[in-house]
Amino acid sequence: MKGFHHLKNVATLELDQQTCIGCGRCPEVCPHGVFALEGGKAHMVKRDDCMECGACALNCPVKAITVDSGVGCASGMINEWLRDRGIVRTGDGSCG
Amino acid sequence: MARLDTGFGWPERLGSWKVRWGIGRMNYIVPPGLYAIGQPNPDDPVVVTANYKMTFDIVRTALAGRSVWLLVLETYGINVWCAAGKGTFGTGELVRRVTSTGLARVVRHRRLILPILGAAGVSAHQVATRCGFSVQYAAIRAQDLPAYLDGGMKTMPAMKELTFSLYERLVLIPVEVVLALKTNLLIAAGLLLLGILAGGPAAGLAMSAAYLGAALTGIVAGPLLLPWLPSPSFAVKGGIAGLIWSVFFYLLAGGSAWNPPVTMAVFLALPAVSAYYTLNFTGCTPYTSRSGVKKELRLGLPAMAAALLLGCVLLVLGKLV
Repeated sequence: MKGFHHLKNVATLELDQQTCIGCGRCPEVCPHGVFALEGGKAHMVKRDDCMECGACALNCPVKAITVDSGVGCASGMINEWLRDRGIVRTGDGSCG
Repeated sequence: MARLDTGFGWPERLGSWKVRWGIGRMNYIVPPGLYAIGQPNPDDPVVVTANYKMTFDIVRTALAGRSVWLLVLETYGINVWCAAGKGTFGTGELVRRVTSTGLARVVRHRRLILPILGAAGVSAHQVATRCGFSVQYAAIRAQDLPAYLDGGMKTMPAMKELTFSLYERLVLIPVEVVLALKTNLLIAAGLLLLGILAGGPAAGLAMSAAYLGAALTGIVAGPLLLPWLPSPSFAVKGGIAGLIWSVFFYLLAGGSAWNPPVTMAVFLALPAVSAYYTLNFTGCTPYTSRSGVKKELRLGLPAMAAALLLGCVLLVLGKLV
């Protein structure tokens, strides 16, 4: 994404090229151009731009992609952390 | 089946403005189902969207002058991107809606056109298996639908490029201010009382103004200045914006008369408050990852807490010396 980049080397995105059948869904659904199709296989060309939305993994017909996706806002994650430890019981971990 | 008007007038403008300010935001909905735009025939395309009225209005207006079927999913008044994250704009609901509307009897083809940001909730191959319709992810913005439809259903590179312009950030801010309002007014009232008890009305007012300024800096200035504040970290960006506010506050409130502990307290505690609120804006951006935010929290929260605590200790010390 032009002009906007978050932290580097944190994304949990993994692609198993052995399993990939080169269907082209991941470059189609990724809004950050993380994937490119070369030589009949998907490649991660901008892994640091991954925002872990999970669209690629969900749309991969052979489960070649894994990523830890979910709510990504600070207060949502703090609520989630507090709820997991039984400190609070309210909120569903997101804004609406 | 309802045939849709594609106009966008003052009622829609007012409606959008209200929900941007959090007024009736969770109840700005349209009934899910199949709608007709223009005079669609069985060969015309089917566009899928969410039932948040703001989303629905944008899509409906973008398709003005065309004949298209519009399949609206039940996302409980949430936009496509957030509903996809929650799973309500998802495979299950899409298959259910295709079935309940009898879409297979309405159209002859078996293609559904979806927004790219809906892909986080919809599994195209599962939709095909479960209801026989193939999914094509068209574009990120509804405004690109006409070009997509006219260009032989091909997604051009610009149609799948995310942007986060000043205006796109600006429209997200009112609701953030409203959501944080209650907590911030309570804290400001607490500080006002504490200040009055410790040093009189002027001290109380100064403390609550300093706090509110820092919170607003984090909620409003941080997001607006996002690309210009240094560092990829939102906490650092917010901290820097908070430091700038601290300088302003120092100049406005006659900081040259403060003793060193109070001055240090201001420059520690206020940036910590701004940093927290700018970090929270990660939930509104279309490019931060969960792992990135986790890392920021792990490193940032202890630092913010320490700065805030040290600031409070210094403030008490400053009062005593």
